[in-house]
Amino acid sequence: MNSTLEQNIASPETPGTKHFPPFEPTPDLTAAADKAIAAFPPEHKQAAVLPLIHEIQRRHGFISAQAIEWIAAKLEIEPIRVLEVVSFYPGVRQSAPGKFHIRVCRTLSCAMAGSAELMDKLCELTGIDRSDCDSHHNPVAVSPCGNFSVEFVECLASCGTGPVCMVNDDFHEAITPDKAADLIGAYKPKTPQ
Amino acid sequence: MSQSIQYHPGKEPHPGERRMIFRNIDRMDWDPTIERYLADGGYQQLRKALEMAPQTVTDEVKKSGLRGRGGAGFPAGVKWGFIPPGNTKPVYLIANADESEPGTFKDRYILHQDPHQLIEGMAIAAWAVGAHLAFIYIREEFPEAAKIVSTALDEARKNHFIGKNILGHDFDLEIHVHRGAGAYICGEETGLIESLEGKRPYPRIKPPYFPAALGLWMCPTIVNNVESLCHVKHIIQMGGDEYAHLGVPGNTGTRILSVSGDVKNPGYFEVEVGKLTFGELLNDLCGGPKDGRKFMAVIPGGSSAKILRCDEKSTFKAPLDENPREYGFFDIPLDFDSIAACGSMAGSGGVIVLDDSRSIPWVLSNLNHFYAHESCGQCTPCREGVMWMRKITDRLLAGNATPQDVDVLESVARQIDGRTICAFGEAASWPVEAIIEKFRDELTAATSPQNAGKPLNPEAVEQQRYLQAR
Repeated sequence: MNSTLEQNIASPETPGTKHFPPFEPTPDLTAAADKAIAAFPPEHKQAAVLPLIHEIQRRHGFISAQAIEWIAAKLEIEPIRVLEVVSFYPGVRQSAPGKFHIRVCRTLSCAMAGSAELMDKLCELTGIDRSDCDSHHNPVAVSPCGNFSVEFVECLASCGTGPVCMVNDDFHEAITPDKAADLIGAYKPKTPQ
Repeated sequence: MSQSIQYHPGKEPHPGERRMIFRNIDRMDWDPTIERYLADGGYQQLRKALEMAPQTVTDEVKKSGLRGRGGAGFPAGVKWGFIPPGNTKPVYLIANADESEPGTFKDRYILHQDPHQLIEGMAIAAWAVGAHLAFIYIREEFPEAAKIVSTALDEARKNHFIGKNILGHDFDLEIHVHRGAGAYICGEETGLIESLEGKRPYPRIKPPYFPAALGLWMCPTIVNNVESLCHVKHIIQMGGDEYAHLGVPGNTGTRILSVSGDVKNPGYFEVEVGKLTFGELLNDLCGGPKDGRKFMAVIPGGSSAKILRCDEKSTFKAPLDENPREYGFFDIPLDFDSIAACGSMAGSGGVIVLDDSRSIPWVLSNLNHFYAHESCGQCTPCREGVMWMRKITDRLLAGNATPQDVDVLESVARQIDGRTICAFGEAASWPVEAIIEKFRDELTAATSPQNAGKPLNPEAVEQQRYLQAR
């Protein structure tokens, strides 16, 4: 029997889902969570919501309803307190991205340097269709193979070296559209065929 | 492939610069380890500060005249003094490393290449305000910076610069890294505090929630920008009075300007406040406009600052003037008061340069998309207004707008400005108000009927405009 939250919060499957293990409170995750909680005074455990979200998203790709309930239980708060955080922040996802998630800056300086063209090029190279994307509700588009996903994000704070993008946690500067193929190529060989 | 930011070891700063905070950025043989920092005289100022009474440290910072480098330019020492006298609650210190104002890229380099400078500045500030728990709120998009700073904190802890009984004094301080999650509004100090508490970062209403009185967990909290906290170390080193000789009266010290957009050499430049003009910054330090182009307009202090036309003139009294006089754009000195006097703000030091190849409706649309995406949604004028402004500029780019839309746009902006809990309302409406005031003709021209019927997919349209503008 699914909980009320699970009945109401859907995390639709994407081609990227297969690259991430389903949420599970492993000893490793529990230890990381306890360490994060210890940074705050015991009466203010709720402050660890974002650190816990980061720990889970790093391992599992996104925050599922189960993950929300686990965080809530861990911090002794209502699940809605976690959900309202999850649904607010652009950096928190509710469905799986690709194995390599590419975030392209679309704000002014990068846009002037050609980030819209870079995005088009990345989509062309990875076979991603962004036509259903909108910046508020559906910012991420995943490639059919699930290896790549793209997202337009706001200023990445490296305006002098635009266009800039991030691939997972790696940061890349001055990725003009002609360098898009090299960027994708640098990640592709690691992908299991 | 693990990638970091690009370093330029050995790259000489421009002779017009005065490097203090950025002294170690791109320095030959420099690395962010504590050994390197200690070999360079690191943590000596913390030693010195701990010998001083906390109030004396605050007084030195007040004397220095240091103004906050995050955007508002509020005197840092005065902010510290706002902690209620006789306070019995714990005091917290937060370093705001949520650098996210478009056009600004300075804190990134401090976090990556000189994290101990920040930690030393924070330890001194914590001693001054009596904080024993501090946080460095780093935006989520800086994962590597978070790792580097965490490592630096571990090193500092091992060497007793933070932790229990710092350097043998009866003073404990713990500093933690806290990562955001991609929301611009977390740069607003009360929004940041809400975010740190584990909630949605809805800014708090002031009064009563001035952080220095009712901040993190309703305790006195000092929130300072990364760059401001780094300056504290140098103020202790030089003494407040000596530091105040840098720059111009009321606008002391150095500050880091990050220049992006249409210049030959974009990048970061640390200069004495008010000693250079826009002309010197753009033509000398940044190498002038791209070949065959002319400067058209400049956004001087992060995208929220009002745009300045390069052919405009304004009359005001700069800090070194005896009487008001007329200034052309290129003669405006780069200090807080002068830029405010010509109707904009020095803000976060992010200078975005536009040359004559740029389409103004496209620029405005890009900014409106940013603010529509980043409004937290708490106050109605902002939540509804910025979305409305975005729709109008989308229409403008698609060729579906009427000349009246420009008036509507202006009216919407004026009804957001000053009617919201936090300064985001101003941040979002100022660019619109200023662009309409200074480039109304360009916007009106974009409403001509021959453009009607083009697709309304903002990104496609944006790109189309981009291609046209080039």
